[in-house]
Amino acid sequence: MENLFLMMAPLFSAKLLLVLFFGTLFGLILGVLPGLGPTTGGALILPFTMTLDPLSAIVLLTSIYCAGTYGGAITAILINTPGTPAAAATCLDGYPLAQKGEAGRALGVATVSSAVGGIFSVIILVFFAPLLAKLAYEFGQPEYFALAIFGLTMLASIGDGSPIKNLIAGTFGILISTIGKDFMTSIDRFTYGINELSEGIGFIPVVVGLFAISEMLTQSTMLDQVFKRVALKAVKLPSLKDYKLIWKTILRSSGIGSFIGVLPAEGGTVASLIGYSEAKRWSKKPEEFGKGSIEGIAGAEAANNAATGGAMVPTLALGIPGSATTAVILTGLIIHGVRPGPDLFREQPEFLYGIFGSMLIANILFFIFGFFGAKLFARITLVPNKILWPMIFAVSVCGTYSLSQSIIDVWIMLFFGIVGFFMRRFGFSVVPVIIGLILGELVEGTLRQSLVIFDGNWFMFLTRPIALTFFILSLIALAFPLLRRKKLKLKIKK
Amino acid sequence: MNNVQNKKRANKISLPFFLKDEFKVSFIIVFISIILLITTFTFDIVPPILNRGIQPATFPKALLVLIICLTLGIYYLSLKKPWKVEKKLPKSFYLTLLSFVLFITISKTLDFFLAISVLSIFVSYHWGEKRIFYLLLVSIIFPLIVFIFFETILGLRFPPGIITNIYYY
Repeated sequence: MENLFLMMAPLFSAKLLLVLFFGTLFGLILGVLPGLGPTTGGALILPFTMTLDPLSAIVLLTSIYCAGTYGGAITAILINTPGTPAAAATCLDGYPLAQKGEAGRALGVATVSSAVGGIFSVIILVFFAPLLAKLAYEFGQPEYFALAIFGLTMLASIGDGSPIKNLIAGTFGILISTIGKDFMTSIDRFTYGINELSEGIGFIPVVVGLFAISEMLTQSTMLDQVFKRVALKAVKLPSLKDYKLIWKTILRSSGIGSFIGVLPAEGGTVASLIGYSEAKRWSKKPEEFGKGSIEGIAGAEAANNAATGGAMVPTLALGIPGSATTAVILTGLIIHGVRPGPDLFREQPEFLYGIFGSMLIANILFFIFGFFGAKLFARITLVPNKILWPMIFAVSVCGTYSLSQSIIDVWIMLFFGIVGFFMRRFGFSVVPVIIGLILGELVEGTLRQSLVIFDGNWFMFLTRPIALTFFILSLIALAFPLLRRKKLKLKIKK
Repeated sequence: MNNVQNKKRANKISLPFFLKDEFKVSFIIVFISIILLITTFTFDIVPPILNRGIQPATFPKALLVLIICLTLGIYYLSLKKPWKVEKKLPKSFYLTLLSFVLFITISKTLDFFLAISVLSIFVSYHWGEKRIFYLLLVSIIFPLIVFIFFETILGLRFPPGIITNIYYY
């Protein structure tokens, strides 16, 4: 009951309500613009959050996350281009339905499904995050090491890119985290005599570079791309008949999305694809999928928004990001001096439940904004890239510079922008680099401290049941993509 | 159309192995990793009496060896299934890259704010914007708003330069 009051606290704070309002609005705009999305947007806004208190900063980032995930559906339905990768599955049925002159109905189904999925996942977050945090009290250094390894091996099975390429990218991320003074011995590593590198490489230059600058370079290769926008009169709420058809799909996908979100490193993209395919599997009319089925839209949208709350569970309870955007939120927590984990639940419940409550309100807010403003948001796609991206560059450069007022950070941002572009070009996802960078310190720190505890005996890891369980799960996570590929091959042969 | 695609694919397959993207990318990753691996041998060593756990160089060494092994793995797999790499990079990409070089040069020698303006106008123009108002918007009006926002609200002090100095003094 006390926690419920703590959750309602943002409703009574004018400042938090204002932050939520702007966060949701900004998130929707970011979600609508192809190439931006909540991850890049969150990275861009990170330096600005330094002017806010930690709760307002995280509320801003989470509201961007919730609204941005939904915003992707607007462009997916109206211009057949997902605003965010998580909305890719929404294109499959959203655009065909819009082409039939039912864009308003398609957006109505997407809005309702997204809001229900998002609210469902916040409920999961409220119940499961404290449970997971309680479990984490049993964790010592070896368990945290095994957990971080599990989080990293999950990178092998994330949606885009080959499993091995994702692992290389994740390892590269950890390697970046080793730059600077060694935290145990203060010995310089990879600094090459550059003083600025002694402190290590900051999260923000890498995040902004890999997401915003690399996207700018990607956009420079697609200047001839023309979007065809389907006309939209108004968003229509689903009819009673529609609700009868989709309510089971929404609930199923909300469950799937929340579960997928909880898994480390997995996020809305994987959730929406599974939500969509499960909706098709359970549908009475699977032949309509791909031709404008509202079940398809509901399946994908409920799942990707449900993944938002799910992904916050490991992020807050264990400090392991559940998705790319939660990796940015985790960065926000760290730069504001908040260390996620079980202690956070015990020491700062008002902070945590404030976040939960804000996420709930953000889901309601984007429903209202989406319902009344989708037509307006759709017009944002008309802003040409030749004007938009130079502006984003100016914000990126000033934002990155502002953190430690160091020009080196700006060079680092540009360097990672170029690296990120080529990584994406050759099929390496940039998300594992960020997750690796965030988990790097945890992996190395817990490994070295564990070895001190175990007197250098590596086999002692296997004597700890929780650590052993995570290692077995890691092996499964590594084997899963191979098994999935074999199964697919067998299917094709048949 | 299909014939053209097949021809292109056939040409790609017939390229010598060292000109294929898969080899070039794998080679660059392995080459850089080996250089970094060599660097790790120059890290200071903690005397055994003070050493707790592993040496500071051991962890990065392990990561680099892992990257090399995984890269060899993706190269081996690419022999069976070549990568699908998008079309050749257009001129606009190289011009954008050039704008970064311009940005670095100007911000280092002349002025940070001027560098942002030059990059913005350069990118916007080469991406197809020819209208004067919009070019002024992205190169002067917007950077000025960002500059004032960061300077006044966030209390940021930008590095000195020919334009920034006029504002500060």
